[in-house]
Amino acid sequence: MVLSYYPGCTLKNKAADLDRYARLSLEKLGITLAELPNWQCCGGVYPMASDEIATRLAAVRALAGAENGTLVTLCSACHHVLKRTNEDLKQDETFRTRVNNYLAPDKPYTGQTKVVHVLELLRDTVGFDRLAQAVTRPLGRKIGAYYGCLLLRPSRQMQLDDPENPRLMEDFLRALGAEPVIYAMRNECCGGYVTLESPGLAAARARDILQDAQAAGAVELATACPLCMYNLTKAGAGLPVTYFTRLLAEALGLTEDGTDG
Amino acid sequence: MDNREITRITGVNPRKCMRCGKCSAVCPAYDEMEYHPHQFVAMIEGGAVEELANSRGIWRCLSCMACMERCPRQVEPARLVEAVRLKVIRQAGKNHLLPDQIPGLLDPDMPQQALVSALRKYGK
Amino acid sequence: MGRIGVFVCWCGSNIAATVDVKAVAETLGREPGVVYAADYQYMCSEAGQNLLVQAIGQYKLTGVVICSCSPRMHEATFRKAAARAGLNPYLVEIANIREQCSWIHKDRQVATEKAIILGRAAIAKVQLNAPLTAGQSPVTKRALVIGGGIAGIQTALDIAEAGFPVDIVEKEPTIGGKMAQIDKTFPTLDCAACILTPKMVDAAQNENIDILAYAQVEKVEGFVGNFTVTIRHKARYVDPAKCTGCGLCTEKCPQKRVPNAFNLGLDNRRAIYIPFAQAVPKIATIDPAYCTKLNTGKCGVCAKVCTAGAIDYQQTDRLEQRQYGAIVAATGFQPISLEKFGEYAYQQSPDVVTSLEFERLMNAAGPTGGTLLRPSDGKHPHTLVFVQCVGSRCQGDGRGKTYCSKICCMYTAKHAMLCREKYPDTEVYVFYIDVRTPGKNFDEFYRRAVEEYGVHYIKGQVGKVVPQNGVLKVQASDLLENRQLHIDADMVILATAMEPDPTARALATQLTASMDTNDFFTEAHPKLRPVESPTAGVFLSGACQGPKDIPDTVAQAGAAAAKVIGLLVKDHLTCNPCVAKPDELMCNGCSACAQVCPYGAITYVDKDFRGPNRTTLRRRVAQVNPAVCQGCGACTVTCPSGAMDLLGFSNRQILAEVDAICK
Repeated sequence: MVLSYYPGCTLKNKAADLDRYARLSLEKLGITLAELPNWQCCGGVYPMASDEIATRLAAVRALAGAENGTLVTLCSACHHVLKRTNEDLKQDETFRTRVNNYLAPDKPYTGQTKVVHVLELLRDTVGFDRLAQAVTRPLGRKIGAYYGCLLLRPSRQMQLDDPENPRLMEDFLRALGAEPVIYAMRNECCGGYVTLESPGLAAARARDILQDAQAAGAVELATACPLCMYNLTKAGAGLPVTYFTRLLAEALGLTEDGTDG
Repeated sequence: MDNREITRITGVNPRKCMRCGKCSAVCPAYDEMEYHPHQFVAMIEGGAVEELANSRGIWRCLSCMACMERCPRQVEPARLVEAVRLKVIRQAGKNHLLPDQIPGLLDPDMPQQALVSALRKYGK
Repeated sequence: MGRIGVFVCWCGSNIAATVDVKAVAETLGREPGVVYAADYQYMCSEAGQNLLVQAIGQYKLTGVVICSCSPRMHEATFRKAAARAGLNPYLVEIANIREQCSWIHKDRQVATEKAIILGRAAIAKVQLNAPLTAGQSPVTKRALVIGGGIAGIQTALDIAEAGFPVDIVEKEPTIGGKMAQIDKTFPTLDCAACILTPKMVDAAQNENIDILAYAQVEKVEGFVGNFTVTIRHKARYVDPAKCTGCGLCTEKCPQKRVPNAFNLGLDNRRAIYIPFAQAVPKIATIDPAYCTKLNTGKCGVCAKVCTAGAIDYQQTDRLEQRQYGAIVAATGFQPISLEKFGEYAYQQSPDVVTSLEFERLMNAAGPTGGTLLRPSDGKHPHTLVFVQCVGSRCQGDGRGKTYCSKICCMYTAKHAMLCREKYPDTEVYVFYIDVRTPGKNFDEFYRRAVEEYGVHYIKGQVGKVVPQNGVLKVQASDLLENRQLHIDADMVILATAMEPDPTARALATQLTASMDTNDFFTEAHPKLRPVESPTAGVFLSGACQGPKDIPDTVAQAGAAAAKVIGLLVKDHLTCNPCVAKPDELMCNGCSACAQVCPYGAITYVDKDFRGPNRTTLRRRVAQVNPAVCQGCGACTVTCPSGAMDLLGFSNRQILAEVDAICK
């Protein structure tokens, strides 16, 4: 199966591992990620004002460029921007009209592409049962899933999982042979982009999360977001933070040295 | 500055707020804001947009959307914060963050995502 | 052409302020057939009715049109007045120029024009009205109460006291409902069981009351005064006639890990159980989901220990039909599911409980014997945080209810007060949006919690509960102090919104009783007929109609009983003469009408008709039982050949109205 894929800028640079392990693992599971040609940066944040059109155009181009009705995303931020922009195209007639007037595509784009995060792809297309069967090196560790904000909220548009008590990443970790650790702060903010201007605020938020995960018995955290990775890692506390695709590759026996890639 | 522009671009009706304070209970940037999320809603309703525009809190909101998700009345304070921020940076010369400032804020591990997001949130 | 009289009511300023009533009367007075037209300040007043009576006599009126409020309000009044003057009451028509005109229009000219049109339509219809005579149907002098909580028990007791037999159908193995699970009651703090269980015993001992516990309504047929109800007696696997309620089986059953529903799963019971010591009827019941014998065929311990020989593994559900004159819905409420409120960590920590669970944890007959202990480790809690409005007063968030659940402010004050009284070493916080205490001695009660018991009331909400290292880290806002609070709590108690019992929806369908969007039963009139359903013969008792505390529930239960008694004392009911009537010459016997009839009023007969050339044709034609027909009109619009008509609302009359409007 070949699916259109939007990597995003960070995955071409600081978060190259997030991307690399995803491609490697999915290939083994029979899915080839075909990178969209000429994709542009999604902007990183979703513009919440309804009169902002230009800042959502890059997302629309990516969505319209997807082949066979599906666009696979990986970075939490890109997924958030693409998913919500797509929902806007479906629900907000003014936005839909203005976007199509501006881009003047051959065929109007009205939100028909399905935006699928790799975690959803693993759950719904591969299936966690099948994934569990493909695991050759069960992780065996107590890992806490860290969702952050962007994957879950606002749930009305993101529609990924229960925003307050999600289970997608826990089910994923269980399939990899890890013991998922539930802790309440897994859907609280890591500090986000404010880390640039107010590192202290971001660090405090990240520390609260790490402390809660550690208290619950996690020895490692799994994330899908490069910025969460940065904030949580920077706050230290000795709890390793790993991209979920790296854990996937490890469980499938695809990491180079078998343990830490 | 009045509140009509704010309510127009956000679609938020601050009158739906019942003053329960759940937004301020969940806000992770609470301590860094002079006006807390529930006050934000009340002040928009009362037309005090200028005070909000001059407050430090609009640059501290993490856009984590916890207030939006947990608001029992669908008021969505985060949208109001964003709209006030836009009110400011859409004015000429009012960008909160300039590209020139960025090198000084960087550290080698910081992902591109942080820069892109901050530039979008803090400037036009 | 008849002799029509038109009467335009001002309804004080309700109509006259928006509609030019004089102009309406003058214009309608010129309509063909109208021989008298007048306007009057209050047509429903005695003087107004007299005006009507006199005009009928003086002008020999053959039809009357009253332009006034909705016929739901005063149609009966004017029909009675017409009858006093010797005019058949069904020759009176109402043109609703209040609810459908003056109340919804602002422009006087527009409203006046519309009032004239509405009046003209009524005149066109009344020209075609025929005198109708109401028939009578007998009343079965027995009532059915569905639900055996405090509402159902009180209603049944009051009906029985008046001398009428009444059955209580309760889906659980015992009556008692939610009140049986409650510890103390506000605002007097008397023990719930102490005041409830005597009523349960009264109900059991009352000769007029038949308690059908562990049973459900399966089907409802018939109409007011003549309901036929099919009741499913669920298999208890215990012979109620033999079981003595000794409880030996409930101690010897080897299946010990069944979540105890009566204690809301806070402890375990056996697969054969009696919900609580004062259960009525006190009969053991086998839980088929957990019984080893029923599931695998092995075990049989309960049958071995039962000295009465009451265990019967072969028992099956049994259906029974009973006749009733009146039905009372008393299906009650339940707390909503907290599945979607993950931020309060209810799923994550056993120390986060609902208020109803807290009742069990404080109750002497509860899982901890009345000592307040944390479910997680059995330790005494020192800091307790109560959160109000969990799932209440939510709008558009997709998980809560829009309404105020009404009782939470009071029971939370009670819980907080009892905590502080029993355990003075505790710190108790109550987070509220508004404290709502309208009720006799209610606000005084809440103030006592604050002033005498030192409960910390904080205006604000809890946003997140983080269970960490055996502590519940509560993050909340204090709006009056304008600060964010972080409290390390030992327990968090959620004042969970109430919703109607989930069985109510299916019951409403069976009863053809209407519900609101929240699945609460709708009353016939929100102010003036609060305990009657719009469906004749169906009455409402307790929280199935809306959130209610115990005093309100008991008051409403008594009111519902009074309405039932008022119905059952009658030997006959006057039927609505506006029933369906088939034109046999046009009926082709297709059965379409019988299939849509919600009352089963239509049957078919083979009838001989004269055919061409002196032949006789036998044809199948519809027949309506006028005592069963409720005049809903579904058959008239279904009939493909237009053979079915509704008396008083014939197709001709309706079309005449439409023509008059379009003129």
